[in-house]
Amino acid sequence: MALNETEVLAGLTEIIVEETGIDAGDVALEKSFTDDLDIDSLSMMTIVAQAEDKFEVTIPDDEVKNLATVGDAVGFITKAQG
Amino acid sequence: MTRRDVVVTGLGATTPLGGDVPSTWQATLAGTPGARKMDNDWAEKYSIPVDFAATIAVKPSEVLAVPEIKRMDPSAQYAVIAAREAWQDAGAPEIDPTRLGTVVSSGIGGVWTLLNGWDTLRERGARRVLPMTVPMLMPNSPAAYVELEFGAQAGAHALVSACASGAEAIGYGVDMIRSGRADVVIAGGTEAAIHPMPIAAFAASRTLSTRNDDPAAASRPYDTARDGFVLGEGAGIVVLESAEHAAARGAKVYATLAGVGLSSDGYHITSPEPNGRGQISAMRDALADADIDLSAVRHLNAHATSTTVGDLIEARSVREVLGSVADQVALSATKSMTGHLLGGAGALETIFTVLALHERVAPPTINVSDPDPELTLDLVRDEPRRLDDGPLAAINNSFGFGGHNVALVVTRD
Repeated sequence: MALNETEVLAGLTEIIVEETGIDAGDVALEKSFTDDLDIDSLSMMTIVAQAEDKFEVTIPDDEVKNLATVGDAVGFITKAQG
Repeated sequence: MTRRDVVVTGLGATTPLGGDVPSTWQATLAGTPGARKMDNDWAEKYSIPVDFAATIAVKPSEVLAVPEIKRMDPSAQYAVIAAREAWQDAGAPEIDPTRLGTVVSSGIGGVWTLLNGWDTLRERGARRVLPMTVPMLMPNSPAAYVELEFGAQAGAHALVSACASGAEAIGYGVDMIRSGRADVVIAGGTEAAIHPMPIAAFAASRTLSTRNDDPAAASRPYDTARDGFVLGEGAGIVVLESAEHAAARGAKVYATLAGVGLSSDGYHITSPEPNGRGQISAMRDALADADIDLSAVRHLNAHATSTTVGDLIEARSVREVLGSVADQVALSATKSMTGHLLGGAGALETIFTVLALHERVAPPTINVSDPDPELTLDLVRDEPRRLDDGPLAAINNSFGFGGHNVALVVTRD
């Protein structure tokens, strides 16, 4: 069953927190992965791989560079669930 | 130029006997066996003839944050845990980062990460292989994570010489300080290879004890019934410091790392040269490097892994080097308690050697109910033994597959 944006955000936040140690409270839709959350490319690719697993979606490499903010990723994942 | 003396100002460890140095040392003095049945079905599932090991006492998940666990192979996790303790123990000195070095070795490297990655690739394909796999499995990963932890910029090194790695790392750290490249070096070794594949491989080479019915009694160096080593895991890290740097900041000094001796057998990939040629040479070089009177030697922490052949070759080498002085040397084989930490062993045993001098007490050797009649050295059995007052020197031996021999000499006033 497809998850809504709130549920995807909650799930993605869990992944980000586990990967980076950032406080869950700091993860919000408008936050930039690089500028606000200080997530490097290796961590980003790890987060992508785990999000693909968790939400059963595919996030192509070409798409990852368009995911600047947490909201971009939530939007993409929510849509990709179809 | 006067050579710079190198002192030990901090100790850190996580081992099968405890999550830090004080708990590990107390368990060692109490003669506690670290080997236990493994909490898994590997022996049955893979028909491995060994179902026990000296597993880590405090799991990293109890002390590290989740992202640290996910980003580091267990070998690096152990190293970072031990390095943090050592650094705090040294008083977390203020230091110019360009004068701080790290040397942290592993004998085997990130074998859990490598094999988990292989499993993932086969079962789930390339897209599921984690991007952090390479920086986690590379053998310099523990050295690099310790370097990052403290922002060290004088060099981060990972010397690899199998079971001599941890001692060689400390020897190299001494050289970095003596040569003027660094004032402080965080040095040691780590290993996390209690995975079914290495266990199967060591078992295939017939070097592991198969005493499944009594794991606590399996590691028994110099006992006539010894049948191989017990695989252990963990890390030992020391803070090495030039004597003048330590004095300038009023640091607590445990002992002096006075001598380093290195040699290679040039003989066989796994068997030690039967006459102990390389071992003798390493010990003699370390003693000469320390520039001490042989009669000051009162303690020796042996490599002694509990293998049939290796223990006696080392014992004969020690006798050859020390002659009659050997009769006043308290010999300890602490692998009887810790198991064999491979790349971590030489570093952990250096910590034991340093503490033995600092506290003037030689740790016991357990499980020696019937000493090999060929052993002519003074083995400390079952109970710790008090060492003399006055200046003391001790030797720590570490030897590794490949014919690597490392002897370190530790002294105190």
